[in-house]
Amino acid sequence: MREKYRNMNNNLVQYIFSIADNSLILGQRLGELCGHGPSLETDIAMTNISLDLFGQVRSYYQYAAKLIGNDETEDTIAFLRKERDYKNVLLVEQPNRDFAYSIARQFLFDLYHLLLLEELQNSSDATLSAIAKKSIKEVSYHTRFSSDWIRRLGDGTDESHNRIQTALNDLWVFTDELFHQTDAEKAMVSEGIGVDVTQLKEAFYKRVNTILEESTLQTPTIEYFQKGGKQGIHSEHMGYILTELQYMQRTYPNMTW
Amino acid sequence: MSEKEVKNLEEIFDAKIARDEKIEPKDWMPEKYRQTHIRQISQHAHSEIVGMLPEGNWITRAPTLKRKVALLAKIQDEAGHGLYLYSACETLGVTREELYEQLHSGKAKYSSIFNYPTLTWADMGAIGWLVDGAAIINQVPLCSTSFGPYARAMVRVCKEESFHQRQGFQIMMTLANGTPEQKEMAQDALNRWWFPSLMMLGPTDDASVHTEQSMKWKLKRKSNDDLRQQFVDQTVPQADMIGLTIPDPTLKFNEDTKHYEFGDLDWDEFWQVVKGHGPCNKERISARVNAWEKGKWVRDAAMAYAEKQESKKLNVAV
Amino acid sequence: MKNWPLWEVFIRSKNGLEHRHCGSLHASDATMALENARDVYTRRMEGVSIWVVPSAQITASNPEDSAELFEPAKDKAYRHPTFYELPDELKHM
Repeated sequence: MREKYRNMNNNLVQYIFSIADNSLILGQRLGELCGHGPSLETDIAMTNISLDLFGQVRSYYQYAAKLIGNDETEDTIAFLRKERDYKNVLLVEQPNRDFAYSIARQFLFDLYHLLLLEELQNSSDATLSAIAKKSIKEVSYHTRFSSDWIRRLGDGTDESHNRIQTALNDLWVFTDELFHQTDAEKAMVSEGIGVDVTQLKEAFYKRVNTILEESTLQTPTIEYFQKGGKQGIHSEHMGYILTELQYMQRTYPNMTW
Repeated sequence: MSEKEVKNLEEIFDAKIARDEKIEPKDWMPEKYRQTHIRQISQHAHSEIVGMLPEGNWITRAPTLKRKVALLAKIQDEAGHGLYLYSACETLGVTREELYEQLHSGKAKYSSIFNYPTLTWADMGAIGWLVDGAAIINQVPLCSTSFGPYARAMVRVCKEESFHQRQGFQIMMTLANGTPEQKEMAQDALNRWWFPSLMMLGPTDDASVHTEQSMKWKLKRKSNDDLRQQFVDQTVPQADMIGLTIPDPTLKFNEDTKHYEFGDLDWDEFWQVVKGHGPCNKERISARVNAWEKGKWVRDAAMAYAEKQESKKLNVAV
Repeated sequence: MKNWPLWEVFIRSKNGLEHRHCGSLHASDATMALENARDVYTRRMEGVSIWVVPSAQITASNPEDSAELFEPAKDKAYRHPTFYELPDELKHM
């Protein structure tokens, strides 16, 4: 029924999905942690990040819904697509194995996210530019939060050092995908709407390296990277994320909540 | 201090409270006052953070983005409220870690209602509407309790909680006005949460142990039965308004007293749940213990890092 | 390992007003205390500026000394303008 999402020859909509879906899936992952954090203060802080991300998601999807028209809403976009239609990167769907994984995932994504938004605010699309400007303030704080935790865990105890290093090593395979360009992205870049992510790569790894060095951590070295999320080819985790995310809308279709 | 001197101090202390003056942490206080407050405030704090779990169960499954952010923000507030209350308790010379220890070992109690499971989305509505509704009735009078830090924490809690009950009622209202299936979901949630919510306001007055002392110290302003009556009186018309039925066939309005009369409560079940035999007691405590134990290496790392940074600063200074 | 120490949080709700004590929290260091204060105590736009102070660093007066500390000020009414009775015709003073 909702094949339209894939076939829709609307690069702008696809582009919005590729940005917003990251925030949706990461927000969902962070939501799993609410009530289970290492301290009450940390719990509250990470929920704030989740709330920021869902706020961004809503702005993006509301815009996309307007572009798609008909009876599309932020919720049909969030809850009723098929797995292949979600365009988030593999990084954000990785599970909360322990606090180190959650922080490493957050840190890698935040640094990328901030670089992206810093460029997106110059988009010729007024709505995207406005969302980016608002989101930059939030994501700057996320970056500060996750970078501080990278330092604490890296230069904390032997155990924390090992755990965060392991998490970074494991998640490193997903970093290259952040800088892959889809066809929709290329089209948007040429129209002055989208951000050329290939141009962010160098700054990303430089910023990451600086903080890892300060944190007495090694930059992982990997020869082969994973990719696919941006094309809708996800990890096996994704199906379970969507199972929970979509449960209500799938079980009780066409109702008001 | 002689017995007479203590008695004298106690008289001054009681008079102070009777004059509506606040007691602050460093003021002299009877040992019993300190212990009672540690117990009540920490129970209250524990209830907040254990209370996060049944609702947290639905964060990933909330039906819309709007409902999801509202639910997340509400549960986050509960973490905040737990934090304010633990802080108030800490002014009495006990640490948060000690209080956690009491919770984890089963020594400390928390509101037994959180030992019931959340089975459908409508339970998010029922909890907000009924459980938060009952909690507010309990909490508002505590804003003027005698112990300063507790009263201040409660002012903040009550201010923030004002959206919680509305959030829940709106969920119920939407369901009740929705499809027959949704309405049934709402009714089912009301059926399951109604009696536990009434019992949440505490044992009946004749079975309640601490009431008199607590009244004097303004830890309690009304008796449990009075609070329960207030809750029933305010909630029944709300249920009527959205077309849901209170699951109590004996419920009826008494024209003379202008109060609703309601049926007997299953106090045996209540005490079983308090004793640890509710459907989710074990899950709730093990979730808290798990979070705390799995967080240990994180907290240790942060301390170790702080100490390293501190000694680096000192080295530079030398 | 030691537990995270306690910090007192002071918030300025808007420029022109003083920082006011609003509560406390736990944090391993000052940076975290500031961030936690932001996340815990300014969720509803309560502040534009935050101070955090280690609770252990606060020196407090003792209630037992209240009499000698504060009562001597009681009979110094001449420090208050109402002590000075002036003719009603006199305005703006």
